[in-house]
Amino acid sequence: MLTGALQFNTSFFWHELLRPSSGFLGGLGRTVYISVIAQVIAVIIGLAVALARRSTLRILRSVAGLYVWVLRGTPLLVQLVIVYDGLAATDIYRFRDMTLLGISILASVQAAIVTLALNESAYMSEIIRAGLAAVDVGQNEAALSIGMTPAQSMRHVVVPQAIRFVIPPLGNDFNAMMKSTSVLSVIGVPEMFLITQEISSSTFHTFEIFLDAALYYLALTTIWTFIQAWLEAKVDRSWGIVRTKRSLLSSVRERFQDPRTLGLSRRA
Amino acid sequence: MTSSDSRGTRMEGGGATLIVQATEVRKSFGTQEVLKGVSLEVTRGEVVVLIGPSGSGKTTFLRCINHFEKPNSGVVQVNGHLIGSKLDRNGRRVDASAREIAKQRAEIGFVFQHFNLFPNRTALENVMLGPVKVQKMSKDKARTLAIDQLTKVGLSNKIDTYPAQLSGGQKQRVAIARSLAMSPALMLFDEPTSALDPEVIGEVLTVIRDLANDGMTMIVVSHEIGFAREVADRVAMFDDGQIVEIGTPRQVFDNPTQARTKAFLSKVL
Ligand SMILES: Nc1ncnc2c1ncn2[C@@H]1O[C@H](COP(=O)(O)OP(=O)(O)OP(=O)(O)O)[C@@H](O)[C@H]1O
Ligand SMILES: [Mg+2]
Repeated sequence: MLTGALQFNTSFFWHELLRPSSGFLGGLGRTVYISVIAQVIAVIIGLAVALARRSTLRILRSVAGLYVWVLRGTPLLVQLVIVYDGLAATDIYRFRDMTLLGISILASVQAAIVTLALNESAYMSEIIRAGLAAVDVGQNEAALSIGMTPAQSMRHVVVPQAIRFVIPPLGNDFNAMMKSTSVLSVIGVPEMFLITQEISSSTFHTFEIFLDAALYYLALTTIWTFIQAWLEAKVDRSWGIVRTKRSLLSSVRERFQDPRTLGLSRRA
Repeated sequence: MTSSDSRGTRMEGGGATLIVQATEVRKSFGTQEVLKGVSLEVTRGEVVVLIGPSGSGKTTFLRCINHFEKPNSGVVQVNGHLIGSKLDRNGRRVDASAREIAKQRAEIGFVFQHFNLFPNRTALENVMLGPVKVQKMSKDKARTLAIDQLTKVGLSNKIDTYPAQLSGGQKQRVAIARSLAMSPALMLFDEPTSALDPEVIGEVLTVIRDLANDGMTMIVVSHEIGFAREVADRVAMFDDGQIVEIGTPRQVFDNPTQARTKAFLSKVL
């Protein structure tokens, strides 16, 4: 057993990679759905915050500014512990396991989704704000000139165009989000990292199992890279911008020269 | 809103209907006064061309007419409506709401120097958007209307084309069709051809000329003197935030009375 821990166990590595345990798959699944749900909520809150920051009401602008300042200025890890343990310890709010549409959701998973969504919404609001600002002011004026209200112009003209500017940085953030789910282990969310740790401490095959985990994270972010490329092409097509058809190989090569694929992110 | 059915204001004594009545419009940006009391009346079917040196306030004046800019003082009435204002119960002038201002703007077409087409929509969708979202017209009806308007500007073959694939002249014609689809009582043009290559200026001017012949009321900022001579009923010369001379094209172009008009014309002619 001791010698097994010192040298690379190839068969263990391949076995866990190709036929992962149901525990590991459960962790992988949680990593994915927590990221997706948190990102979707973050986009919605982020849009609201971005619009609030452009509001003519000063109080709304200030509150939104404060929100972004606080959430971007504190570490995700600290936010997690405050939301999950801090709120419970002070009896402000205690997350409890619950069942939603027949699916049971752990208390720690709920806290994780809430915290990741709030944290990411601050970054999304900045991305969306920049996206809205990138739409030429003439677009808003054209919408107003045909009798739209400012709200209609925002909805039918400005926001749809901002999407094109928002998708690339959003994709970058989602890539970071999937990887930052690994910090959820501190509040006991049984996602991929925590499960990997458990397998590691029960088998002592630390290197093998973490290498497997790394490959699974890499697979997730790579799949996302392709989905993002597809989304970007789809939006371009809806603007009448036709990209020349490329071979799969050349598009893969291009993707890998893209810094996003390397997972360069703002989260340390 | 003021009585929305009254189509313009009757001119005293005359038979013509006033579509635009701007009175003593003043506008400042910071400490710089850009409009120093501009008054202009335009009757239905009339075409007024605005000329004048850069920075004289032509664009700002147009933008005051559809309330893209709020004048510091003065009154703008279009088609019988006090632009940007309404009368409260006691007959006092108060600011109109965003929704009311939008309603007023729907009656005023605005054609921009740089077209401002919606790049994520085809020519047809650009033209349909106003009728569908603002007038709540059914999509079928709006499509028929939009095809009509695009045909009128000679683009029936570009219906499904995106702006990125249109030439400048074609873009501007789609933009004109987009405004016309709202059946405006007034069309404002801010240098509609100055961003265009020389060879396509003609096709846009032809569309504007056709509109004039159809009796559309228009205010056009343009340095195309030949076009102004032919289409304008009156020409107004702007300088330093004021209309310094106004009259028929013959009067203004051939017998200008103001030194500033003469100086300006000697540069553009
Ligand atoms: N939003 C603004 N903020 C500050 N100054 C402005 C603004 N819009 C216009 N101005 C200034 O007002 C003056 C008049 O500008 P305007 O665009 O009305 O002139 P113009 O006659 O249309 O000129 P051009 O022929 O160059 O289009 C200029 O000095 C301009 O710099
Ligand atoms: Mg101008």
